[in-house]
Amino acid sequence: MKTTFRLAKLRVPYWKLIVLGVLLAFLTISSNMGLLIASAFLLSWSALKPSVMDLMKLIATVRFFGLSRAVFRYGERYTTHQAALAILGNIRNWVYLALASLSPGQLQNYHSGQLLSRLVTDVEKLQEIYLRVLLPPLIALLVFIATFVFLLQFHWSLAIFFACLYFLAALGIPLLVKRLTKSKTDLTRSRELLNTYLTDSIKGLTEITAFRRASDTIEIAAGQDNSLTRWQNQLASRNALTGTLTQLISHLAMYTTLLLAVYLVSKGELKGIWIAPLALGVLASFEAVQNLAHIIPNLEDSISAGKRVLELVDTPPAVIRPHLEETWLPLPNYNLAVNNLSFTYPDSNQPALEGINLYLHHGNKIGIVGASGSGKSTLAHLLLGFWRYEEGSIMIGGRELNSFPEEILWSTLGIVSRQTYLFNATIKENILLAKPDATEEELLKAVAKAQLIPHLEKLPKGLDTKIGEDGWKLSGGQRQLVALARIFLSNPPILILDEATEGLDPITEQEVLIAVKELMEHRSAIFVTHRLLGLEEMDEIIVLAQGKIAEKGRHQDLINKPSLYRKMYQATN
Amino acid sequence: MAPSSLLKLTKHMKKEFILVIIIGTLTGILIIFQALTIARIVDGSFLKGLGLADLKPLFLGLLFIILFRAGLFWLGEVLAHRGATLVKENLRKELLKHLFALGPIYGRSQDTGHLVNTLIEGVEALEVYFSRYLPNLALAAIIPIGILLVAFPQDLLTSLIFLLTAPLIPLFMILIGNLADARANQQWYILGRMSSHFLDVLDGLATLKLLKQSASQAQIMSRLSQEWQTTTMSVLRIAFLSAFFLEFFITISTAIVAVALGLRLIYGKIAFETAFFLLLLAPEYYTPLRTLGVNYHAGITGIKAATDIFELLNTPIPPQQEGKKIVTPQILAKGIAFTNVSFAYNNETTAIKDVSFNIKPGEKLAIVGFSGAGKSTILRLLMGFVTPQQGNIFIGDTPLTDLYMDNWREQIVLVPQNPYLFYGSVKENIAFSRPKATLKEVKQAARLAEIHSIIETLPQGYDTIIGQGARTLSSGQKQRLALARAFLVDSPLVLLDEATTSLDPENEQLIKLALQRLLTNKTAILVAHRLATLEMADKIIVMEKGQIVELGTHKKLLEAKGSYYQLRQAYGGITI
Repeated sequence: MKTTFRLAKLRVPYWKLIVLGVLLAFLTISSNMGLLIASAFLLSWSALKPSVMDLMKLIATVRFFGLSRAVFRYGERYTTHQAALAILGNIRNWVYLALASLSPGQLQNYHSGQLLSRLVTDVEKLQEIYLRVLLPPLIALLVFIATFVFLLQFHWSLAIFFACLYFLAALGIPLLVKRLTKSKTDLTRSRELLNTYLTDSIKGLTEITAFRRASDTIEIAAGQDNSLTRWQNQLASRNALTGTLTQLISHLAMYTTLLLAVYLVSKGELKGIWIAPLALGVLASFEAVQNLAHIIPNLEDSISAGKRVLELVDTPPAVIRPHLEETWLPLPNYNLAVNNLSFTYPDSNQPALEGINLYLHHGNKIGIVGASGSGKSTLAHLLLGFWRYEEGSIMIGGRELNSFPEEILWSTLGIVSRQTYLFNATIKENILLAKPDATEEELLKAVAKAQLIPHLEKLPKGLDTKIGEDGWKLSGGQRQLVALARIFLSNPPILILDEATEGLDPITEQEVLIAVKELMEHRSAIFVTHRLLGLEEMDEIIVLAQGKIAEKGRHQDLINKPSLYRKMYQATN
Repeated sequence: MAPSSLLKLTKHMKKEFILVIIIGTLTGILIIFQALTIARIVDGSFLKGLGLADLKPLFLGLLFIILFRAGLFWLGEVLAHRGATLVKENLRKELLKHLFALGPIYGRSQDTGHLVNTLIEGVEALEVYFSRYLPNLALAAIIPIGILLVAFPQDLLTSLIFLLTAPLIPLFMILIGNLADARANQQWYILGRMSSHFLDVLDGLATLKLLKQSASQAQIMSRLSQEWQTTTMSVLRIAFLSAFFLEFFITISTAIVAVALGLRLIYGKIAFETAFFLLLLAPEYYTPLRTLGVNYHAGITGIKAATDIFELLNTPIPPQQEGKKIVTPQILAKGIAFTNVSFAYNNETTAIKDVSFNIKPGEKLAIVGFSGAGKSTILRLLMGFVTPQQGNIFIGDTPLTDLYMDNWREQIVLVPQNPYLFYGSVKENIAFSRPKATLKEVKQAARLAEIHSIIETLPQGYDTIIGQGARTLSSGQKQRLALARAFLVDSPLVLLDEATTSLDPENEQLIKLALQRLLTNKTAILVAHRLATLEMADKIIVMEKGQIVELGTHKKLLEAKGSYYQLRQAYGGITI
């Protein structure tokens, strides 16, 4: 209930459009009722042979209803969609703002769990609840009231019988659908299985051919398809039931009205002229019930979508940074000092880092090595302010990192990681994100320094080439070069390279390393890697093992004694 | 054109389709009787002053019609759906068969995402076409014609109004439909672009924050959202226009019929019962046409999906030269030879040119070269995925094209560059190369491939589910799993396409160990990148732009300081 309420609040600004939409939908259905009632009345009256003049008003009414439905329908479609789109935009902004306040560490977790792509679907589903859940009952209610009041003018029994059947259809059918859609999870499950299997069959085509598995694969796929079909058929028979029941109940309502009217006419309590209009009017009113059938599953869907969205939106930011005040004094220097730093991830009880001490004089280079899981990336991420540290300290220029405003923090530190995120835009736009107001000259300089020029020459539109979703049109090496170009442009005094060449083939790796070397000049650099390459020139190497510093020293010192470092080095080379 | 090909697919649902048409016809008859009965009841009570008792048979008849109609409605829906699922099932099977016949080379040349989409969503989109649109189309033909046949003898004027307005509805639907269609394409593009932009921004939010752009993006988002809203509305307006005309024609026709009947009733030119009967038929006459209009988009979607499906189905299968000869140990004992083999993909880009070499049984040949030099093509030719345009590949004295392919592939074990993990248990994944293998054999293969100990640490050991949507393995582990698959089939010939990405020292070491074991007593062709692998080779072929430029042992080639030397230099001090 709370969820529904909070979600409903997002729609408040659009209440005028919503009310208008409901009214227009009501008028659309009423027009049809009016058309049938007036037409039937016209015929009945005509049968009594009045003068044509008496009929003129009625004929005009029939013509009016003949035209009005189309106009109202158009208006209704227009208004409801306008509202739905506006609401969607509103929800999107709201979700975005909430997520943007989270720390990069939290966002990274969401990204890896594919939570975000689900969020997009959920947000779109939330918009649907307006069209599919909120409107239909309101429309049905209005139509009910209008028909009920109309019937009451003739005889209370007509109204009562109508009310019973109308509610049977309006409440009974949705409840029945709700009961019957329980098997949906099995359906979803077997659909997923088939999808996975088909995807496997296409992506594993080489293996399937090489190991001669084509005919079994087709057989298994057919079997999966078959079990999906069985579920779908069951569901279809049940869904057919709702359509059938809606039709049946509306016809029965018309039947009952006819029966009652004939009875009332024979008792002299109703004029015979009204039999036909009443029966047709009742039949037409059931149009409003048709959209109610799937309302409960739709509501449940959108509530669970809403819950997931709210859960994400309600997540408190892991790091709350102060705003950049005018009183913020520039940093005196960029010397980095880490003292006794320990860190445990929020969802873990094992410390990821324990008692880390290091000092990086501005302009020096430091290497951080260790096996995967030794805490290298955690250290890099803490330096970048992904998480808030509680034990120990990280100081840059003598000031505690936790107190840095966002703008200062990320102008001081830059990162190139293994997973560079590229936006579906041009290469130029992707690079300019690092400094939107950069001049053309600055941009070209950064591109040249990142060794991107030979690559750009191969692309049809050079810097203006669109690189597709997550930059899929670029090779792994090119992606990293774009990331490097960003750093050249934003020019932070301290640079963190977190396994920046991981996953590249050796030739590309060499190419990227050339640019990396250039990038490390004139700034502090922290070089994080599990493959011991190019560490000879580091001013200091820190070997991490299980979250602690195991060894410290220069390459030459470490390699010349029986060290963990030497063991790792020998294994690589 | 797609619709006619689509109609051909009804062969899979012949029985259901015929039944749906019969049900439609029966429904049409019931509709007419329902209107007739209601008209008679109203006439009886209103004008003839009959009471309930007199009208009892009519009321009973009406109740029966209503119930019968509901039953038919249910049956029609169920059958239409059943037919559609039959079509889908058969179509998927056909598509998969065709895809397998086209083979891995075709699969590689296509965007797999697009293929998967065609097979899953594309086929699913046909559901609505076959379960709704097509039955509707049949009903939209049967019911109005039936009603017209009954109406004509009753009243000419009403029938003429019916006859004249009916074609206007589909006509306008098609006219506006086409207009909306062109716009709709654009609309879907915009709709799609907006949600993918949203996803893109959310996905890259961490990056945006680090680049200090998250706040400015909020403004861009809300501006884009506004723009998107206006564009979408302008496009939707056309779609709404078709709804407008649909309603307009139906209601205005009903109104005209009512007025025309009313006026003639006054002058006694028509009986009330007949007039009311015709008025009752009016909405029933237009309803199937309206439903058709509503489902028109579903039909279009189906036809669009079908274009992709038929494009795949109509892709010709490349002529596969295959003989019937079975490989014998005698044939294999004479080794393998390429003589002047040339091959170009799609007959366009030359992949290899005039390549000749031979391998004796038990020999290990490594192929090196930059990417695009034609190394993998040699493996594909040997696998029989493609056939050379010039030259010959001999297995012993027998041309490869004379061999029975399935039997030949049994002699080979392929370790591909990017091994694919199927959704399923680790055991099933290893046993993919030999599904009948026992757990003991699978474990043995895993031990040989140096992956057993890792599997043991997985939560359910060999029963742990891996692959798409489940746990994934690191690239080093995947490669070792592919080696385990290879150990499970004891084929005399090993084809290895080595991964190019660098691995951590531990994986590097383990793979080297496993590979040494695998190659013992085997003939092997190795597309190699690692020094360790090269050292296992008896001889090395260096390829450049599809041609062999050097041949010799590792040591000799290094001493010669030719292409091989340069290549190793290019690879840097990393793997040497």
